[in-house]
Amino acid sequence: MTDSLTESRQLLSGDDAVALAALHAGTTLGVGYPGTPSTEILETFDRLGGRAQWSPNEKTALEVGIGVAFAGARSLVTMKHVGLNVAADPLFTATYTDVDGGLVIVSADDPGMASSQNEQDNRRYARAAGIPMLEPVDSQQAYDFTWLGFELSERWKIPVMLRLTTRVCHSLTPVQPRAPIPPKAVKFRRDVPARVMIPAYAKPAHHRLRTKLAEIAAWNEAEGPMETEMGSKTLGIISTGISAMHAREAAPEASHFTFGLTYPLPITRIREFAQQFERVLVVEEGDPVLVEELRTAGIPVEGKTERFRFGELDVARVHRIVTGDDSEEPAQPKGKPPELCPGCSHRNVFHALRELDCIVAGDIGCYTLGVLPPFSAMDTCVCMGASITTGLGLRHALPEVQARRVVSVIGDSTFVHSGLTGLAEMAYNPPETGHLVMILDNETTAMTGQQEHPGTGRSLNHERADRMDFEAVGRALGIAYVELIDESAKNVDLKARIADCLARNETALMIVRQPCVLAAPKIRLYEKAADQQCAAAPAG
Amino acid sequence: MHSTTNIVIAGLGGQGIITASDILAEAAFRAGFDVKKSELHGMSQRGGSVTSDVRFGERVLSPMVPAGQADVLLVLEPSQVEINRPLMRADGVLLTTDVIPPDALKNKKSLNVAMLGALSSVLEIAETHWLAAVHAHLAEKLHRLNDEAFALGRRASASMPG
Repeated sequence: MTDSLTESRQLLSGDDAVALAALHAGTTLGVGYPGTPSTEILETFDRLGGRAQWSPNEKTALEVGIGVAFAGARSLVTMKHVGLNVAADPLFTATYTDVDGGLVIVSADDPGMASSQNEQDNRRYARAAGIPMLEPVDSQQAYDFTWLGFELSERWKIPVMLRLTTRVCHSLTPVQPRAPIPPKAVKFRRDVPARVMIPAYAKPAHHRLRTKLAEIAAWNEAEGPMETEMGSKTLGIISTGISAMHAREAAPEASHFTFGLTYPLPITRIREFAQQFERVLVVEEGDPVLVEELRTAGIPVEGKTERFRFGELDVARVHRIVTGDDSEEPAQPKGKPPELCPGCSHRNVFHALRELDCIVAGDIGCYTLGVLPPFSAMDTCVCMGASITTGLGLRHALPEVQARRVVSVIGDSTFVHSGLTGLAEMAYNPPETGHLVMILDNETTAMTGQQEHPGTGRSLNHERADRMDFEAVGRALGIAYVELIDESAKNVDLKARIADCLARNETALMIVRQPCVLAAPKIRLYEKAADQQCAAAPAG
Repeated sequence: MHSTTNIVIAGLGGQGIITASDILAEAAFRAGFDVKKSELHGMSQRGGSVTSDVRFGERVLSPMVPAGQADVLLVLEPSQVEINRPLMRADGVLLTTDVIPPDALKNKKSLNVAMLGALSSVLEIAETHWLAAVHAHLAEKLHRLNDEAFALGRRASASMPG
């Protein structure tokens, strides 16, 4: 990919297509938290000249995005599917408010769990929160639907969700861009009843939301993005997103109906299509969301069997769904599993924890690989930040001898994302045996490809920013014992230091710091560039 | 329906699988085909298995090569041959690093591009598109090295028996 990204027809990933569209559509701010497969959106947006920033987590990102939209400007908020859980609190109220500027929220779902802890289907969130959802089938639609998302958002003053899936995010397909427009000039407009969700204002706001959704549904029926390909009169297939592409290839003889605005549904148009066939099949990845909704609406459709609820669909699996073949599927070839990099500082930590026979409450990041051999040193992993609080729960409940072996390990980016409140919980409700939290600080968000965060001292584009001081944070939150261990220093007896903390009856925070081996050369370059910039700047 | 050409590139994280598939997709795109390229990354960045699918033709639908339909399976790491073999057509071509003479490469990092050179001799994409794609995806200072690697692979493959 080159900087000619803004010119003519080109081959783009779905992520890059969203970034390009956001740029072309005059987005004032792109904000999010890195998460595979969504990460590249903001990185590309920044590289193309858009203003982008990483937030500490998805909730804060969405709230910033809501503020931008309240100001009347367009904002793009990006996250992976599980990130939407973190952002769910503001999401459910954001739909009640009237956003002036367009607000497009990207949820990048990961069916098949290429790198995630679950395969939740975020189409459920659209229905639960009452947010219109667009689902592109390829990069061209990812580009077009980003524009459309902003347009619908502004027309109805409602946030719009763009649901991508891994195969849309990371597949390259051709994109024809359109003429860019500049960001709008904005100024604050007071509108208390539409933005302050106390019950007195929220009650009418909920009615307004349902009215908006009804209007959007009517628009979807009349002019929403949808495509019909007529073939056989016996089989009609209804599909959305990447499933539509698999379905067209797996059953070229069938008739196909695909629609892009997948919530609220264009139910009349679907009914009209369905009425023409003896057999109507819904092909959808993940949960049977669509099939259930169509049946509820009285449209007799056939869905897939339970086995196809798991993992990604592909042409072969869709062919099985079409032919009603529910037999055992061939086993997927097992590749070489990932592992902690040679020279990774986390290796020493997991060796020490293993040798001390610790009960390790783990977290989300590449250090989760500490669960695999040769370390086999992780006992729990639930969601971002859960290491600290799950570890505390274990300490509260286990007999003392075992409780003393419990250690929480969390990465630096994850600590900022969701560990801070866990640390406050530890200071506030300390277990009798105390507890040890280890921040494995490799000075980057390594798992998703070395993104910055508030603890690195650099912003999304790697320029200098204020740096969160984990030691000071620990002390300020009231942790009894705080220690920074520089792993690169010689003669660090990590095992002895951990054993020491486990013997205390107090809360302890140990920060084990050494830059990620993959990120270290880049970090040196960023630091050098920042130093030169400082030296070149005039004094005062 | 065989208007679509299906290529699977496989290897381990760090071998340049994604870059190689980006270059192939770009070359096919420059040659005027509809193209789709699919990959999975994330955990695979940590030295695990990586595969990437490239499909091109008049109109491509799914971005993933269906099992048993790869016209060419290009593998950069011997251990990855067997696990990916089921992706190939019965009469498909298997390209492994055996085609590159030992120690012929100036820099082992350009193995992925050398293998694309080998692949180029079995696909109908003009060499100019290949080289333009290589240049579009690699830093300028690496162009000469990779041009040479590409030429080496192209020659080596063309002289292969059978």
